[in-house]
Amino acid sequence: MSGPSTYEPKSGFTRWLDSRLPIIRLGWDSFVDFPTPRNLNYWWTFGGILAVFLVIQIVTGIILAMHYVPHELYAFDSVERIRRDVNYGWMIQSMHANGASFFFVAVYLHMFRGLYYGSYKAPREVLWILGVVIYLLMMATAFMGYVLPWGQMSYWGAIVITNLVAAVPFVGDAIREWLWGGFSVGQSTLNRFFSLHYLLPFIIAGVVGLHIWALHVPGNGNPVGLEARKGDDNKKDTLPFHPYYTVKDAFAILVYLMVFCVFVFFLPNVLGHADNFIEANPLSTPAHIVPEWYFLPFYAILRAVTFDIGPIDAKLGGVLAMFGAIAILFVLPWLDTSKVRSMRYRPLTRWFFGFFVVAALGLGWCGAKNPDDYVLGMTGFKFLYLGQFLTLYYFAYFLVILPVMGIVEKPKKRPASIEAAVLGTA
Amino acid sequence: MTEANGALGEDGQEPSRRDFIYIAAGGMAAVGGGLVVWPFIDQMNPAADTLALGSIRVDVSQLLPGSEMTVMWRGAPVFIRHRTEEEIAEARNVELSDLPDQDARNENAGMEGVPAIDANRVLRSEFLIVKGNCTHLGCVPTSQETNAGGEYDAWYCPCHGSHYDKSARIRRGPAPENLPVPDYFFETEAVVKLGLSDDESAIAGWTVA
Amino acid sequence: MKMFRFIAAGLAAALSLTAIGSTAYAAGGGTKPPSHEWHHAGPFGTYDRHAIQRGFQVYQEICASCHALGQMSFRNLGQRGGPFEDGNFPNPNDNPIVMQIAASYQIMDGPNDDGDMFERAGIPADTYPSPFENEQQARASNGGAYPPDLSLIVRARGYGEDYIYGLLTGYHDAPEGYDLAPGQYYNDYFPGNAIAMAPPIMDDMITYADGTEATMEQMAEDVTVFLTWVGDPHMEARKQTGWMVLIYLFIFTIIVYLAYRQIWANVKH
Repeated sequence: MSGPSTYEPKSGFTRWLDSRLPIIRLGWDSFVDFPTPRNLNYWWTFGGILAVFLVIQIVTGIILAMHYVPHELYAFDSVERIRRDVNYGWMIQSMHANGASFFFVAVYLHMFRGLYYGSYKAPREVLWILGVVIYLLMMATAFMGYVLPWGQMSYWGAIVITNLVAAVPFVGDAIREWLWGGFSVGQSTLNRFFSLHYLLPFIIAGVVGLHIWALHVPGNGNPVGLEARKGDDNKKDTLPFHPYYTVKDAFAILVYLMVFCVFVFFLPNVLGHADNFIEANPLSTPAHIVPEWYFLPFYAILRAVTFDIGPIDAKLGGVLAMFGAIAILFVLPWLDTSKVRSMRYRPLTRWFFGFFVVAALGLGWCGAKNPDDYVLGMTGFKFLYLGQFLTLYYFAYFLVILPVMGIVEKPKKRPASIEAAVLGTA
Repeated sequence: MTEANGALGEDGQEPSRRDFIYIAAGGMAAVGGGLVVWPFIDQMNPAADTLALGSIRVDVSQLLPGSEMTVMWRGAPVFIRHRTEEEIAEARNVELSDLPDQDARNENAGMEGVPAIDANRVLRSEFLIVKGNCTHLGCVPTSQETNAGGEYDAWYCPCHGSHYDKSARIRRGPAPENLPVPDYFFETEAVVKLGLSDDESAIAGWTVA
Repeated sequence: MKMFRFIAAGLAAALSLTAIGSTAYAAGGGTKPPSHEWHHAGPFGTYDRHAIQRGFQVYQEICASCHALGQMSFRNLGQRGGPFEDGNFPNPNDNPIVMQIAASYQIMDGPNDDGDMFERAGIPADTYPSPFENEQQARASNGGAYPPDLSLIVRARGYGEDYIYGLLTGYHDAPEGYDLAPGQYYNDYFPGNAIAMAPPIMDDMITYADGTEATMEQMAEDVTVFLTWVGDPHMEARKQTGWMVLIYLFIFTIIVYLAYRQIWANVKH
């Protein structure tokens, strides 16, 4: 879809630069005159929102690193000092902590958008896979960042998650010790997590560059799932990115920032955990160890495997299920056998997708609860069982429903083109 | 479908209102950008706990004539010397023209650029209070207390051989300026406060001699 | 229409996020304490300055004998939003009330030139002195229980100030059949109900400097407000800034929305 470049340098300097480093041309072709389907809805604004939040996290993070002390004796107090004594530190710290949550809200909406509209299908498989890589890097970054304030949840969360690697047969213990740099989570662990937490966002930024590159080769997908036509008809299906989508993205970003600011200024600790205001103490475990909300669904999958599967014991099984839940996203483009991208034209699968969203939220609910508690007080119906059922559905959606539905489902009639869809003359 | 080439301005609307919206949006973005940048810059300024130690109070009542103490203030040494009558006389018996630096280097309000006579360098003649970093390259001079006071038996910087006199003025060597006098006043007979607010500067009692 | 659906979806997401957050994290065990009306609650709430002052007195005269306040320095008492804030002394270091309070404590300092530790009068930059040298000493003096540092206690407990107030006023005789170990007391809101802290406050235990009647409820409320302030000293500045930011963003959003409508006015999409 990216046709010949329309950039024409106007001044002598830009002509000189263009023949040596065509960076203005790159920006022009990518963000100004980039032909974008004219029918994108607001679900397509989350890419821009994510870019804004990556910048917010990097900027506030660099600032926090100017005041933070990665030492087991001083880390907790240094974060408190940021909140109390550093000029505007309370605001910057709140932006960074809540920014992580809003980053994940946006990335989840972005991913569900991709799942619903089939954004992972050819020719956008690499684009999708790069997105999953970014998501994985975000999870690693968020996990290590949460350890840094060195509160009780930081410490015990780190204990629980690093203990997962001990489930790996034969070398698990050695890997865990290597991760820790000692015999438990301690000074060495904190210091290396700080180093990596600072490094990874820049790697994310690099992969985001690849993600945008991979987006600009085939161009955006869109709600009807049809490619924009080539040649003369291209103009009828698309609009230049600027000003049409710059202004639409700007509007969505501002609305999202408003919700973000409500949390930053009025509910700064609602998404955190009270126990993290208690300094880390290796002698006392909190009553319930819960990860940050954005990890809860995976935490529920981890705990859903309570039984041995052949030679795989329950602990390793849980770890495999948890990582499998993410790994399966890498092969999703080849699991979905349907030629139709958008769920709009898949009357049955659409319902399965709806239940998939419910299952994901339900897993989050299970992750937050004690597995032995009863769901809504229904005696006998433990959260464990709900979690197991939803875990089963999670995997069935990818491994059974999508492959089978692509073959058996009869899609609805699709419009002839994006233009036709927009004009309603299907 | 008039925007075939994506250009604006063919929609027939009056341009004034349209332009106003764009200018307003651009203006808002600029204002917001400016405002959000300030906290990110200000966070690098000294924090509240650092500022809390920006001024300190020192009890000099135990300091006997002919002895001195060094206090840490704002991360650097300050010399406080209780001078004897002889030391004061020696410090005052110097011609201004003999001084390499004839500026009193007194940092108190109203004392900018006054001549470097001893009376302009002290609030009470028996207490000499100066910052303890050589004006050459910042070493800490040694003192007569340890018999290392140099040619004038006061202070001497061993790094590059700068000699200071009984008023801590540079007399010989590479240092370009006298040891500076920090902003201070006597809160009570016994207590010196280093680092003054504007109000305190006004009542500190510094006058040009 | 699409925009409203989008905003509604956003709000729903934010709400469910909050719901997940609060259900996940409030579940710290213990009975939910009754919610109390706090002057500082809500998006416009400000601290009751007099309550903080009284609460500080309660802390000084009662709590401080066992509980440290390690994150608080004397200067905090005179800083913007603090209980003894004074416009004449923008630098809390020079605030005479703060200096006087600080000087009434002996602070361990040193070593001096002889290598010995020594005590001196406190200055505003000092942190509030801890009643015990270390956790071990604190436990040894309290029958094995550790009186926690109170600097962040309100933020570190599931129901925040309601919990602290409930705990302070929630002492009762143990119900029939409930086994209390020696040195333990029955409290409605402490997780597990058996707490090692004896009922700390009683009517007329102290005489308030401002003449307020020192009932147990009054003291519990005041000290809770004080501890809330210690845990979140910038709350007022935070909310004020928040309103300015939201108003700014709201206006900006409307302008950008108008620009959006303008640009898309004649485009079919």
